[in-house]
Amino acid sequence: MQAELIEIRNHLAQHAPFDEMPENVLDRVVSGIEIAYFRAGTDILTLGERNTYLHYVRSGAVEIYRRSGELYNRITEGEIFGQFGLLTNKTVRFPAKTIEDSLIYLIPDEIFQYLWENDDNFTDFVETEDHSRLRSALSRREKSNQPMTARVTRLISREPVMAPNTVRLQEAARIMTERGVSALLLMDESGKQPRLSGIITDRDLRTRALCEALPSETPISDIMTEELITTRSNAFIFEAMLTMLHNNVHHLPVMEGDKVRGVIALSDIVKHESQSSLYLVSNIYHQQDVKGLKRLSKEVPNTFVRMVREDANSHMIGSAMAGIGRTFSQRLLELGEEKLGPPPVPYCFMALGSMARDEQLVVTDQDNAMVLDDSFDPAQHDEYFLALAKFVSDGLAECGYSYCTGDIMATNQKWRQPLRVWKEYFADWIENPKAEALLNSNIFFDLDGIHGRTEYTEELKTFIAEKASNSQRFLAMLARNALNRTPPLGFFRTFVMEESGKQAKTFNLKRRGTAPVSDLIRVHALACGSRAQNTFNRLKAIGQTKLIPEDGVDNLRDAFEFIAIVRIRHQALSIEAGREPDNNVRPEDLSPFERSHLKDAFQVVSQAQKFLKFRYNPQAARNV
Amino acid sequence: MSDGKAKLIDTVSWPEHYRELATQTKDPRLKAFYEAGCVAPETALNDVPFVAVDFETTGLDPDKHSIVSIGVVPFTLGRVQLGGSRHWLVKPQLPLHQTSVTIHGITHTDIDKAPDLDDVLDEILKSLAGRIPVVHYRNIERPFLNMALKWRIGEEIRFPVMDTMAIEAYLHPNRKRSWWQKLKGQQPISIRLADSRLRYGLPHYPPHNALVDALASAELLMAQVQHHFSPETPIRDLWL
Repeated sequence: MQAELIEIRNHLAQHAPFDEMPENVLDRVVSGIEIAYFRAGTDILTLGERNTYLHYVRSGAVEIYRRSGELYNRITEGEIFGQFGLLTNKTVRFPAKTIEDSLIYLIPDEIFQYLWENDDNFTDFVETEDHSRLRSALSRREKSNQPMTARVTRLISREPVMAPNTVRLQEAARIMTERGVSALLLMDESGKQPRLSGIITDRDLRTRALCEALPSETPISDIMTEELITTRSNAFIFEAMLTMLHNNVHHLPVMEGDKVRGVIALSDIVKHESQSSLYLVSNIYHQQDVKGLKRLSKEVPNTFVRMVREDANSHMIGSAMAGIGRTFSQRLLELGEEKLGPPPVPYCFMALGSMARDEQLVVTDQDNAMVLDDSFDPAQHDEYFLALAKFVSDGLAECGYSYCTGDIMATNQKWRQPLRVWKEYFADWIENPKAEALLNSNIFFDLDGIHGRTEYTEELKTFIAEKASNSQRFLAMLARNALNRTPPLGFFRTFVMEESGKQAKTFNLKRRGTAPVSDLIRVHALACGSRAQNTFNRLKAIGQTKLIPEDGVDNLRDAFEFIAIVRIRHQALSIEAGREPDNNVRPEDLSPFERSHLKDAFQVVSQAQKFLKFRYNPQAARNV
Repeated sequence: MSDGKAKLIDTVSWPEHYRELATQTKDPRLKAFYEAGCVAPETALNDVPFVAVDFETTGLDPDKHSIVSIGVVPFTLGRVQLGGSRHWLVKPQLPLHQTSVTIHGITHTDIDKAPDLDDVLDEILKSLAGRIPVVHYRNIERPFLNMALKWRIGEEIRFPVMDTMAIEAYLHPNRKRSWWQKLKGQQPISIRLADSRLRYGLPHYPPHNALVDALASAELLMAQVQHHFSPETPIRDLWL
């Protein structure tokens, strides 16, 4: 191997099963590697095709399917696929397709065979994978956050910013400002090799330079920290965190031998820890009873607040919260099945509304339903499913997901029906649309299977997408309902407040903000036959059809994001202040910036509602 | 600069030009390079043998600065073969600047042991022979190699290149931000190697090592073609 390819070797060395290989073996692997790039949506391996490479994902994400086409696994950075065929007859057993732009390292079969014969750790890894290590794509979430096992190099996102230790104070400050860093490494360049000799941080500049009113020409070596606390490039993230806490420092240079690989800051660790809501989700899976789940649910608001503080966008927060909600439901279903025994006929547990759209926040009630196999016989089987639904629903209520006031829950017999009946429901809603009825069934048009035979829900999504796009009357009726709630904007760009009751002098950012947007986007999405559920994804699908003008799509997306994030921040502030979070905002609590942009956003929503009226002619629908 | 002259050549006639240069060239190593030929201009990108090339130098001006290291990575749009990659340290003719030491991390000690470029010229030219060089920013590798040959063998070298930076520049003609975009805090679009790679979901590689940078531009070209061009595009549309 060319020594310069150490970067590639290091990446492999951070991930099983390469992490315990001796260097000379890894060198051999690297020398044989071939690299290929695949755009998102490309088939990398097709069933039955010949394959003579072990695939290693360097960046991106890949989905692996079963022969049946069912999703089997989701593979991301540092994971391998394609090994099953290599162990048997060199033909693809599990097709693979990229879901993101991906860079793949291909390890030729002869090296794979060599490792398999000579490295026990490797052999164990590739052989046991099929049975125990892989779980369903959903529970993979658990694996993507491994704070205890991830290494510090994962946090290094840029080259270290360095300067000679002979620079002056002002020059050092200028370099830090220009390069946008909070710590600068100072190098002793008097020898043959530059050597790390000190560090200076934002905090040092404040306490040691500004407070002491040092002249700008002060040599930086007078005030830099020379007793350096560093970490090794193969250290675990939690080790680095402990080092920081022990020594009360916020920056650690990461060393590889005597060379500096980069610098990590405490803020990098915090960010990493909170990514996709971390411990929480994996802990949910480990709970053995409702009591344990209830205890964990107290953590949900903190996770939410932490993501808000770290400037996550509404899409990230919405899907993280929905992910948590789904995990609670899944675990409850597993516990329920343990308690009541296996289901007598297959079924799918379905999330509806905001959870299905990946737009859940902290204040939320439960909306769910069950799709049962068509072989379902009420007399024989319904007792079981009612008990299971009740167990899950009560459990969710314990965990803070309050009962649905409209009784849209699997405990309601009407929403615990075989697939055949669900198709009748949807066919009826779409073919004989009635405004009132549709108002109540709106929520069923955001659906997502979260447990069991999720393909039932997929079938319903397809059924809806095909039927809805062909029914002008249904779309017109849905559009009419979507216009019921208008943004709270008066004639001269003033906010329109609720007039009476507890919510007087406030406006509701859900009812008058995010909900009207997701309602109107749902109409367009159904019109263009999209199967997407998330508002942003629906917008993307709509954008591709030119159903609404391109800048209309962009404006709506920005408006939705802005309203959603103001709503999210409002809730986070309430939680931090110890109040019950809600959706009612007083204009005076918003900053002038938020007020002004919120008005712009509401105006975009108003325009979009006008367009909806024009496009689907809901006036006509009223007279049908 | 020599690159300016190269542009005057009608780019479509590169194979012919190679044949002509092969007859005029005296140095046997360079002659062999030309004799290996150049793909026909109408060759589809998919069928072109490429070689990504990157130099680390003591500065940016080929008249004043020298090459310190060379990385090459042979590839096609479908595959990079890491096993074929090579890296050479070469002794610069001119003193190593302190500032450039901090950039590429190659020190005096490393260089003292390095051969002169003349000693490895044969290997270098062999790795380029028959392939279309790919660089990120065409005003470094070609002029520097040309100058190095002029000094050592008294002959110049000509070849077409694919420039991944020129492709990015073409894809993002309006890289300056409007006042509105500045106000919204949008970052300007950067066409530097590391930033361009991010746009295609390619991983972060540490820069300033000739071999890693060459690999980085090879991967970038693979991604660019998949996203923006047909693999059937003839090479003549993109070589410079």
